[in-house]
Amino acid sequence: MARKILSRSDRWFEWSVDAFLVLVLVITLVPMWYVVMVSLLPFGERPSLWLPPWKWSFEAYAQLVGQPSIWRALLNSVILTVGGVFISLSLTVLAAYPLSRRDLPGRGLIVGLILFTFLFNAGLIPTFLVVKDLGLLNTYWAILLNGAISVYNLLVLKTFFQSIPESLEEAARIDGASDFQVLWHVVLPLSKPALLTIGLFYGVANWNNFFEPILFLSDRNLMPLPVVLRDILTGLNVAEYVEGSAAQAAPAEALKMASVVLITLPMLLVYPWLQRHFTKGVLIGSVKE
Amino acid sequence: MRTLGQRLWRYRGLYLMLLPGLLYFLVFRYWPLWNAQIAFRDFQPVLGVWGSPWVGLQHFYDFFNSYYFEQLLRNTLVISVAKIVAGIPPAVLLAIALHETSRRFLSRLVQTVSFLPHFLSWVIVYGILLAVLSPSDGLLNQFLQAFGLEPIPFLTSVQTFQPVVVLSEVWKETGWSAVLFLAALLSINPALYEAAAIDGASRWQQVRYISLPGLTGVLVLVLLLKIGSILDAGFHQIFVLYSLPVYSVGDIIDTWVYRQGILNFQFSLATAVGLFKGAIGLVLIVLANHLARRWTGNSLY
Repeated sequence: MARKILSRSDRWFEWSVDAFLVLVLVITLVPMWYVVMVSLLPFGERPSLWLPPWKWSFEAYAQLVGQPSIWRALLNSVILTVGGVFISLSLTVLAAYPLSRRDLPGRGLIVGLILFTFLFNAGLIPTFLVVKDLGLLNTYWAILLNGAISVYNLLVLKTFFQSIPESLEEAARIDGASDFQVLWHVVLPLSKPALLTIGLFYGVANWNNFFEPILFLSDRNLMPLPVVLRDILTGLNVAEYVEGSAAQAAPAEALKMASVVLITLPMLLVYPWLQRHFTKGVLIGSVKE
Repeated sequence: MRTLGQRLWRYRGLYLMLLPGLLYFLVFRYWPLWNAQIAFRDFQPVLGVWGSPWVGLQHFYDFFNSYYFEQLLRNTLVISVAKIVAGIPPAVLLAIALHETSRRFLSRLVQTVSFLPHFLSWVIVYGILLAVLSPSDGLLNQFLQAFGLEPIPFLTSVQTFQPVVVLSEVWKETGWSAVLFLAALLSINPALYEAAAIDGASRWQQVRYISLPGLTGVLVLVLLLKIGSILDAGFHQIFVLYSLPVYSVGDIIDTWVYRQGILNFQFSLATAVGLFKGAIGLVLIVLANHLARRWTGNSLY
């Protein structure tokens, strides 16, 4: 936009807009920065917003990285995230494609039945009983299967598939391609951005998930990172994760905050990529129909 | 004319694809619906869902007449409404500021940074809150002490727990909610701003008479959808943040259902309460969606 001549009121306007943005920046970043500062705290030092670099102690990190239980939890998190994305994405694609075909008999009824589960939730206990009756308690299947399909993601993907010109699929079918072949060779290659976005949605949800593991798992060795972090933060089992003798080497606050930083790190690494695709994803979701 | 059987046979490939998904919905979404009947029974695990004796509406009566009914409903609604009231203005302001600033770099930076907390698990945010709010050496309490004030145990005090829940949600989600509003602002025809500028409208007037009216559609939609899910006060968040001393102000329907059902084995009572919440939720969301479609032409489903 051409906004060359600035009156005094406009200059003031621009100034307050920028000041507000800087304020948002500060409010978001200061708490995170402080977490990092506390994680570097040596013994005998009070935490502060500015700990001079020559006082930094990486003892807390060294201790955490030396804990086999942390690595175990990381492995669990990776299994749940990767396995979850694979199962969720496959099931969602397989359900979304037929439902995107307007000619499918019974389509309206099936979409209605699925939509109903989105609007009406039977609640926590009846679902828990299903998992229990299936004998899935204390297995990863409980988590992987119970949350396998998000109705929202299913509907977004269905809408996306509907936006692919039918003539393309028609042409493949005339050439004798089966429905599976059409999906695999025509529809999916055209849907890469949508699949990526939905895969990321599932992936972030799985990586951050701590409630289902607490609900369905009882074996401590099966717990993923967020659950372990919660135990460390509430001080429930610090001794279990950080051995007694070693616990003396870094202050408890430093240990807690170092574990916050360590668990946030993987998310930070993929974040630039996430951000780009999520913004698109929000827009895919919001401009449907 | 083909028979129905022949028509369906032609689509066998598609039905086959649908099978795993349908099975999923049947097992994990409709079977729980069947299990929900234990709200009207006195469920005992040995007898099973079907074998447990009927008690009619007993559990609902028990819930409505108990002292925690009012408390749970109040906490749920207060926290939910406060989140809407405190959450929307900063998101709108942020979107407008991102849209109005002439510093591209600042805009990009703020978007990137303000977006980040949305992707963090509530457990991580709990860790950050501990660092900032801890009574001994939390950042905020150090600040209070520097001014000669008493430190406040924010997370465990009845007076401060609800504000902490609301403000931490605002901190985590403002950047994310702003995206929707930003998208709406970007869809406004730039010619409107140019014409207004030529007519001598100040930047503030352009925001007031072009940007804000351009946002009303999305605003109404967001508001209605939030009202539709008003009984969801943030289960995962509160599950992580709350503790015994703040149950009186922090306990919401969902956390109570979890404790009664899973920890105290009151399966039937907890199911009844969950069902109560689900039924109201259904009515609200259908109503909200209906109004959204009527007023904005947009809808959730």
